[in-house]
Amino acid sequence: MKTYTNTGNKDTRSGFGAGLTELGKTNENVVALCADLTGSLKMDEFKANHPERFFQVGIAEANMIGIAAGMTIGGKIPFTGTFANFSTGRVYDQIRQSVAYSDKNVKICASHAGVTLGEDGATHQILEDIGLMKMLPGMTVINTCDFNQTKAATLAIAKHHGPVYLRFGRPKVPNFTPENGDFKIGKAVILTEGSDVTIVATGHLVWEALEAAKVLNENGISAEVINIHTIKPLDDQAILDSVSKTGCIVTAEEHNYLGGLGESVARVLAKHKPTPQEFVATNDTFGESGTPSQLMEKYGLNNDAILKAVKTVLKRK
Amino acid sequence: MPNIQQLEDLTTQVRRDILRMVHKVNSGHPGGSLGCAEFFVTLYQDIMETKDGFDMDGKGEDLFFLSNGHISPVYYSILARSGYFPVDELNTFRLIDSRLQGHPTTHEGLPGVRIASGSLGQGMSVAIGAAEAKKLNNDDHLIYSLHGDGELQEGQNWEAIMYAAGNKVDNLIATVDLNGQQIDGSTDNVLPMGNLKAKFEAFGWTVVEIEEGNNIEAILKGMAEAKSLTGKEKPVCVLLKTVMGNGVDFMMHTHAWHGKAPNDEQLEIGLAQNAETLGDY
Repeated sequence: MKTYTNTGNKDTRSGFGAGLTELGKTNENVVALCADLTGSLKMDEFKANHPERFFQVGIAEANMIGIAAGMTIGGKIPFTGTFANFSTGRVYDQIRQSVAYSDKNVKICASHAGVTLGEDGATHQILEDIGLMKMLPGMTVINTCDFNQTKAATLAIAKHHGPVYLRFGRPKVPNFTPENGDFKIGKAVILTEGSDVTIVATGHLVWEALEAAKVLNENGISAEVINIHTIKPLDDQAILDSVSKTGCIVTAEEHNYLGGLGESVARVLAKHKPTPQEFVATNDTFGESGTPSQLMEKYGLNNDAILKAVKTVLKRK
Repeated sequence: MPNIQQLEDLTTQVRRDILRMVHKVNSGHPGGSLGCAEFFVTLYQDIMETKDGFDMDGKGEDLFFLSNGHISPVYYSILARSGYFPVDELNTFRLIDSRLQGHPTTHEGLPGVRIASGSLGQGMSVAIGAAEAKKLNNDDHLIYSLHGDGELQEGQNWEAIMYAAGNKVDNLIATVDLNGQQIDGSTDNVLPMGNLKAKFEAFGWTVVEIEEGNNIEAILKGMAEAKSLTGKEKPVCVLLKTVMGNGVDFMMHTHAWHGKAPNDEQLEIGLAQNAETLGDY
């Protein structure tokens, strides 16, 4: 089985910051907007390098989305930055009308997604954002798994014309994808090839899926782990090809099972190839205060939860 | 530049367009549209500097954003009669497969429209963004926007109003259509907004009042003044006092025609009060 090395824990939001810094140097049309969370979003360096292209809007996210939409008229490529909760639920109608329906080239960059935001608790831990955003026609939805991939995705979305939701997180997590790797929007990444079970994961759950695959391998079960960084448009073919070999699938995400990656995968399978599927996701609940690892365990979002789901789905084959 | 009589004639024709459009599909918003007919005609025919043709980026020309998208009939009429698309296309307003949706959108590619509007309160933020882009592009043209007075009840406006003053967005002229009416009644009855001039000034804007917002000469004078006040590190607000339903006597001074179409008989009365000038579509 192919194995991956953690080159050192790093936060995905810093990957976004690094990508934005690079874009500042290479693309003069890139502008950045932030709603009073510059440090949290790691936008400081872009701000320092290009003060004329950085727009502090204050605690006014609706206005930020509207300004971003307006800036595209004149050829700018706006990147908005705030927590995932305030990037989506708080401004849904602004995104719907002024960005998605108006087909504006706005990149909505959202940190602190999911329960791994930690101690701040459920008011800030959005677990519904993937669902909200994937329902908007024309919206691309990306959830990256580590520092390197988040940086690569940040660079890639600047070249893609159209609205994008880029979701990442707060905690330091294993960094294992290639440095300066190629990021193809909408293209799944097969991390390990396997024949017994497919594990499709997104975001922080990708590393957990690799950890689970190692244990499975030791127990003679061959798992194919697929990193789905783009939830919309989904790489249907990669999923169908994989389950054609394995005959069962586990989906894993730091999100409510309603509206998340798992449901998108289920839609593809229901239409083309009905396959036993188990969902590693939150169970229609809000989060709570705690450390990221405590919360991942309590809400069933770690490699143990993936192992249990694999055990269950194998019996359903 | 057209003279006053030509602007008056076009306004009369725009009123006919509005009435005929909403009558045909028995839906739409004639009241606010009629109230702003003089403003739109003056804006597009005299005040704004625009290029021939249409491109989304609009570099090197003044841009306009309609925030209260429900007054699409007047917007579509002036866009068509200013050459953005064929006047005959007004026939398709609100019909299936039309570029003239109930509320304006970029989605169907209608020339002249740069943002969707309809869900209220979003246009000022968009106009500010376009104004910031103009500054980044060293483009000294202006951004114009129009907002309903009732629309100011949406909180996002006040985020935008605060931002524009705090960030010296002085290439923006945001006009508020002060007709004092909204769907459920007068603005004072639904949610009193107090002294809007004092509110905008308290937020750091320069305010120009146009008392006769249905008088073309008054609009020309007021908007020229507003233009002269741009570039002075403050955003400019125009409070345009209009009469909802202006030009059709039974539609005036009431909120009843906010979103209601005239029947056949009412259409005839309205058209009789606004004789054809430039030819119906």
